[in-house]
Amino acid sequence: MAAVGLVLISHSQKIVSGLHDLIRQVITDVPIELAGGTEDGAIGTSVDKIMKAIQKADAGAGVLVFYDLGSAKMNAEMVAEMLETDQIIISEAPLVEGAYVAAVESNMGKSLEEVNEAVKKEF
Amino acid sequence: MEIDVQTAISWLNKANEKMQAEKDYLTKLDQETGDGDHGINMARGFSEVENKIANGNYETCADVFKDTAMTLMSKIGGASGPLYGTAFLRLSTALKGQDPVDEKAFAQGVQAALEGIQQRGKASVGEKTMVDVWQPIAAYLQETSAIEAAQLEKIAKEAMEATKDLIATKGRAAYFKERSKGAIDPGAASSFYLFSALAEVLKEAK
Ligand SMILES: Nc1ncnc2c1ncn2[C@@H]1O[C@H](COP(=O)(O)OP(=O)(O)OP(=O)(O)O)[C@@H](O)[C@H]1O
Ligand SMILES: [Mg+2]
Repeated sequence: MAAVGLVLISHSQKIVSGLHDLIRQVITDVPIELAGGTEDGAIGTSVDKIMKAIQKADAGAGVLVFYDLGSAKMNAEMVAEMLETDQIIISEAPLVEGAYVAAVESNMGKSLEEVNEAVKKEF
Repeated sequence: MEIDVQTAISWLNKANEKMQAEKDYLTKLDQETGDGDHGINMARGFSEVENKIANGNYETCADVFKDTAMTLMSKIGGASGPLYGTAFLRLSTALKGQDPVDEKAFAQGVQAALEGIQQRGKASVGEKTMVDVWQPIAAYLQETSAIEAAQLEKIAKEAMEATKDLIATKGRAAYFKERSKGAIDPGAASSFYLFSALAEVLKEAK
């Protein structure tokens, strides 16, 4: 069974790459894709990056998405609508702790719903 | 008055001209209450739109607006990307298959665009966002029996200026709470330029 994938969206490339290091120290087998900054690496968000990250993170068990501020959420919602699937959940949990908890839960082989619920319970 | 492919293209090119001319001003507004990227975002987005539609071969203005939506969505890079992108996508969907588009259909399209912005950003009137300009414009277009360019521009301008005294409760400016008061909302300003571009194009078309 594939593990639930995670997508980390931030206005800053450095935030998600740092968070990725933090999680990878503990969890190595869960798909994690990053969408940090704009197309040219500046501060902001990019629908194209988010779209690619979500598609890549889905190994068949769905994707849980974490975001930081403002437009990150709107862009994530737009991508979820465009992809027309219920296998994407956008989590309202804080980016760092939420993604950390989700990585551990996903690594236990839980389903998308279960991982999302577990994260919700923590915050 | 009718809107056809050529009017739609002229509108967007004129809007681009304004976004380039007002780039620094929009950025300045966004520095007051946000991250100072709105001018750059809008200038980049609309210049990509002008390039994109210059190379298209369009049969209906819905197709022009669809390409506009996709380009703005992927090129703006801030909150206004998904918001303007959704607006033009809804406008395109509402006008699908019609060409030229009459005033009534166009008015319904703008109403659909407004609803799209609100669905995407969850903002209502009075939260110091672009909604504060789109809403009165959509209402005017629906009420009037014949669009008057001068009136259109006036409504947009007054609506934009009225955002000055509001406190932002949506978007990045909301973090500034009370301090967001006193400056025009950047998205309301760029929306004013968009509709003032439309007013100019309609005036010329007469
Ligand atoms: N939730 C919202 N609903 C409607 N309009 C909004 C919302 N959030 C922001 N806006 C509009 O977008 C404008 C800011 O656009 P800009 O391109 O600067 O994005 P940003 O706030 O920098 O994006 P980000 O969230 O990525 O930092 C605001 O002035 C406001 O008019
Ligand atoms: Mg900004």
